[in-house]
Amino acid sequence: MSPGTLPQPAAAPAPRNAEVVLTLEHISKSFGDNHVLRDFSLELHRGENVVVLGKSGSGKSVLVKCMIGLLRPDAGRITVLGQDISTLDHEEMDQLRARLGFLFQSNALYDSMTVRENLVFPLRRQWLADRRDQEADLVQQALEDVGLADTANKLPAELSGGQRKRIALARTLILQPEIILYDEPTTGLDPITAREISALIRQVQQKYNTAAFIISHDMDSVRLVADRVALLAEGGCYAQGTYEELARHEDPRVHDFFT
Amino acid sequence: MFSSPFLAETGAIAQFAGRFFREGFRPRYEVREFFHQCYVVGYQSLPMVGITGFIMGLVLTLQSQPTMAKFGAEAWVPTMVGLTIIREMGPIITALVFAGKIGSSIGAELGSMRVTEQIDAMEVSGTNPFKYLVVTRVLATTLMLPLLTVLADGIGLYASYVGINTQGTTTLALFINNVLSGLTFAEVLPAFFKTFFFGFAVGLVGCYKGYHATKGTAGVGAAANSAVVVSSLLIFILDLLAVQITGLLGFN
Repeated sequence: MSPGTLPQPAAAPAPRNAEVVLTLEHISKSFGDNHVLRDFSLELHRGENVVVLGKSGSGKSVLVKCMIGLLRPDAGRITVLGQDISTLDHEEMDQLRARLGFLFQSNALYDSMTVRENLVFPLRRQWLADRRDQEADLVQQALEDVGLADTANKLPAELSGGQRKRIALARTLILQPEIILYDEPTTGLDPITAREISALIRQVQQKYNTAAFIISHDMDSVRLVADRVALLAEGGCYAQGTYEELARHEDPRVHDFFT
Repeated sequence: MFSSPFLAETGAIAQFAGRFFREGFRPRYEVREFFHQCYVVGYQSLPMVGITGFIMGLVLTLQSQPTMAKFGAEAWVPTMVGLTIIREMGPIITALVFAGKIGSSIGAELGSMRVTEQIDAMEVSGTNPFKYLVVTRVLATTLMLPLLTVLADGIGLYASYVGINTQGTTTLALFINNVLSGLTFAEVLPAFFKTFFFGFAVGLVGCYKGYHATKGTAGVGAAANSAVVVSSLLIFILDLLAVQITGLLGFN
């Protein structure tokens, strides 16, 4: 698989003093008696990759779906690019989503459309009429960014798992979002492909200065992509710090993830 | 609280219909997708509907002709078949075939999109999936079924003409004259109008079942299956209502 045309990844410093682009304040979410999130708070800065670690079923995907507005939290406030999303109507939320990218765990590619149509779909939906003449260039650029320039006319079913993940990332990148939410981007991939996807996440951050919120429990990937790691446990932000800081953490609950 | 699953489902479908009317007539209008759906549900159903209509007309004629001959009323076969096809058999058979073909396909397609998160992906792309997927399909089925019914009626009547000519000789002009002599607008128009409701029911139930599919691939199968079952049942209920209403209005 081609590694793409972006610069090779390098450890990026955590831009802790950069502008805050996403804030989660005291988020709670329950499904019946199952209290998935309890008083979860976290901030994301521009150009920063934050990984949220947690056991399966700990509420990581629920958290990320609350951020994009697919689920509504029972309590708490989510501010994205300066806007409290609970106050936005459908159209305002759509406009905000143009500045947010979301990479689904399942990729969620439109299986009846070709790769090109998958990429063009969000462009056309976002009223980017002024970009119509640039459509072909934007598709080509997004495909080159993920190293799959020759797959435009293929259907998702004709691609491998890693290629589908890359195309899903290209579909996210085509709107040039300021924040990207990744829901377990390496789950189900072999270790080599998982490493390539992790490198790609880092490359995207460096090239476009995007902030990323990454849900993962793949520690190899976490080490490669994280500027900061937050541990989700008992529904809250149990601990946070750099990968190295948490790896040295004395609390066995934190330490167990790194051994 | 009364928690019958049947009533809960009926209420949920009614709410879904309410959402269709609330969202369907406000911009943005998904014109391109609507025409695509008209092509899919209308044009691509033509062969199926055509064959069914032809067989319906032929069988009805061949089975009724001997009985009518016994009473010396053979000359009334075109009138009787015309009335039967246009008032009842054409709309109901076409709607049931349509429910089987289109209702199941909409249920399976939307169900599959739901369980693979494609509907969520659409929402995240800034598209209202309800408008893009549901409104376009329901409008397409509502407008295409009446057209398909008219076509099936025409093909059914032609098949009846063919059937009559296998037993004897009748000119097309005489056949058409006999058919039309037994029909009035008060009979044709209610039969035509009810097909809009049949089409709406097929589209709405198919979309509802698919849009709310859960539990993976088994859920997709269940969505497709129940879309056909529920919309077929609804077609019969609507037909019963239609006959009551036309009776009250003095059209029966």
